[in-house]
Amino acid sequence: MADRELTFEIFRYNPQKPEVKPYLQTYKLKETTGMTIFVALNQIREEQDPSLMFDFVCRAAICGSCAMVINGRPRLACKTLTKTLPARIKLFPLPVFKLIGDLSVDTGTWFRHMSLKTEAWVHTSKTFDPKAQEERMDNETALKIYEAERCIECGCCIAGCATANIRDEFLGAAGINRVARFMLDPRDERTPAEYFEVVGSEEGAFGCMGLMACDDNCPMELPLQMQLAFVRRKMASIGIGYKPGKGIKLA
Amino acid sequence: MSTYKTLITDVLVVGAGLAGERVAVEAASHGLDVIILSLVPPRRSHSTAAQGGMQASLGNCAMGEGDNPDVHFADTVKGSDWGCDQDVARLFVETAPLAVREMAIWGVPWNRVVAGKRTLPDGRVIEEKKEKEGLITARDFGGTAKWRTCYTADGTGHTLQYTMDSMVIKMGITVHDRTEAISLIHDGEQCTGVVARCLRTGDLRVYIAKSTVICTGGYGRLYSASTNAVINEGSGMFIALNTGVVPLGNMEAVQFHPTGMVPVWILITEGARGDGGYLLDKNLYRFMPDYEPKKKELASRDVVSRRMIQHMRKGYGVDSPYGPHLWLDIRHLGAKHINTNLREIANIARNFAGIDPVKDLIPVRPTQHYSMGGVRTNIDGAAYGLKGLFAAGEAACWDLHGFNRLGGNSLAETITAGRIIGKKVAEYTLGATLSYNYELVDKAVKEQENRIKALVNGWNGKENVYELRKLMEQNLMDYVGIFRNGKDLQKAVDNLRELYHRSLKIGLRSNGEGANPELAQALRLPGMIKLALCISYGALMRTESRGSHAREDYPKRDDANWLKRTLAYWPEGADLPELKYEPVKITELPPGDRGYGESSAESQGGKNG
Repeated sequence: MADRELTFEIFRYNPQKPEVKPYLQTYKLKETTGMTIFVALNQIREEQDPSLMFDFVCRAAICGSCAMVINGRPRLACKTLTKTLPARIKLFPLPVFKLIGDLSVDTGTWFRHMSLKTEAWVHTSKTFDPKAQEERMDNETALKIYEAERCIECGCCIAGCATANIRDEFLGAAGINRVARFMLDPRDERTPAEYFEVVGSEEGAFGCMGLMACDDNCPMELPLQMQLAFVRRKMASIGIGYKPGKGIKLA
Repeated sequence: MSTYKTLITDVLVVGAGLAGERVAVEAASHGLDVIILSLVPPRRSHSTAAQGGMQASLGNCAMGEGDNPDVHFADTVKGSDWGCDQDVARLFVETAPLAVREMAIWGVPWNRVVAGKRTLPDGRVIEEKKEKEGLITARDFGGTAKWRTCYTADGTGHTLQYTMDSMVIKMGITVHDRTEAISLIHDGEQCTGVVARCLRTGDLRVYIAKSTVICTGGYGRLYSASTNAVINEGSGMFIALNTGVVPLGNMEAVQFHPTGMVPVWILITEGARGDGGYLLDKNLYRFMPDYEPKKKELASRDVVSRRMIQHMRKGYGVDSPYGPHLWLDIRHLGAKHINTNLREIANIARNFAGIDPVKDLIPVRPTQHYSMGGVRTNIDGAAYGLKGLFAAGEAACWDLHGFNRLGGNSLAETITAGRIIGKKVAEYTLGATLSYNYELVDKAVKEQENRIKALVNGWNGKENVYELRKLMEQNLMDYVGIFRNGKDLQKAVDNLRELYHRSLKIGLRSNGEGANPELAQALRLPGMIKLALCISYGALMRTESRGSHAREDYPKRDDANWLKRTLAYWPEGADLPELKYEPVKITELPPGDRGYGESSAESQGGKNG
């Protein structure tokens, strides 16, 4: 394996120079042991083409910066080993997100917009009392919140989502998972009806066509299908099961 | 005249990691207008990579019982090898518990105390008390007398950053991501903002502010083997150094983390050892208890790293194509513990080394990890040399860590210092008026425009930025590593000095248009080499061993001559920093025995050993 010559076909386009149409550029590289797409792209930039644009930050599958379409699938480039791929490797930027150039896309703006739309912060009437002991929480609850909080906003679920590709305002699996994270959190005082405002629409939980590419593509292996089912069930129960005076219990 | 966009704000925060966002939240909550600049979207910051946790003496868990700020203070000062400012350490340990609890209100799902008995990997049985159930718990980390490191499973930095950023979003604080500050605007007395380059378009922008706060993290990527993210190139430090009037403190104090995974140098958290992991040599022998009978694998990081190198030098390292290494063994912790509390490690080992730590050993070697040095500030976070300039977090030398930082004290510093310094920034800014000299601003922009033109057109030469960078990394790695000596350090200084001159003759190979990445690197490299020179020259001059700074030719700590902090200035036109020194503030704990390490009476090779 280590003796292979790899052929990279990489999408090139600079939106600031629209007169140059998008094209695929080919680079050849000798494969080394343990080579990842991170290693390969940096080698190409340093030795063959210093103008090539791509994003890496942590290079350890923690920060979510480096998602791109690798041989047809959205994946994190840093943790994709070349030995798992054929000798011909095609790299494209993630769809849906605004292109910055070549393989670099603007996921940051998309996710900040999503956070604003879902008001992704703990809604509480409490203020911090520096003298008081912290409020208690069951450790199991803390772990459950953490499970939903593990999303790294890489955008793989959005890029692979048919709905997100045709509907601009669709929250996608990352958005629905984000709402689930706050629904699970006893510190968040939002009522079921308020959550319904956020995700009880075609832009939210009901826009999903059920293809579940998000679940397949998630590099964090988050249970996105389950989170969608959880949120949909809550939304449905708000719609049909609401009994005045009794309120609705979440989770 | 050039055309560029100018933005005006009260507070400009450079860097959107935990320290930067915490400062921004504090300043905004005082009603100030705040803009944060960041190389990347805030949630991609290197703060998110901190897996282990943050120290705060809540004392809720059984093994943390009896903990309080005094114990945390003593651990921190000993850890720093008496190199820290003790008034800063005191302020920090008193504030850290508040900072942790505040993050709980804002949304961090801290792990909580679960009542009942359990057996630790070493056989000890502990019992968590019923009355503490549901309070924030803690885990063990190196160099601490109590279990004090608060955490959320394997992703403490991630949950802290996501929660902090949720506050930034909630408060509507402006963030300009993909924006890089490339110089400070100042008149030698007052800082009035920055010249920045947009990493989307390549355009230059000017930010004018009453106060500017540098929170750009460390410089780990100056070294070729570093656990740091690729954005950690010390940019905030060198734009401060470039002013000629702002000094960097203790740049020779560089932390190596004992367990970087070979050969990708991704960090395996200290939590692995804190939770009971062992270090083994090529004979699968657990060697740390021989060197450090008391703290074993959990002595401070500088000590464990040196012991590992010492042991490998004796021939006990495991040979590999990437040089000798040792093993980290967590198999005895069991699949359940590894796959939940240490899942990030398990994933890293599986994804990047193709091994399963439930049944395999992890190859590790000490790897550059943390910058104790940085922009020298006072206890309020105000930088020396320029009014209106502040710094916080790893980019700063506040100075909490002295010559060695304890594990769990960096995350704690980000939000604790952010809280304290944010308030000081707000107070200063509320009393400040905005006045700036237009010519000064225009001159600052012109200077950067000219640099860019020279690079693009190759006016000064055709040196290759990537080649020079590799040479810089290698020099630091080979000659300014864990063990240092005068001969090697002199070599590093000579080589880096030559490299600095070559870096002034870089010419691009690409056209430099738009958000060109080669141009970004070329703009940074001379500053990076200046930092490398501050590190190696400071290390050459400091003829003692203290904390992470270990001189083979001067193996003892020398309090009579070196109980002082290095301040590195870069005068205009110089090719070496000018070093000055100032005393360390000792307010409570006079210099003494750390209780671990080479010169401790309790360790092998110590006074009695």
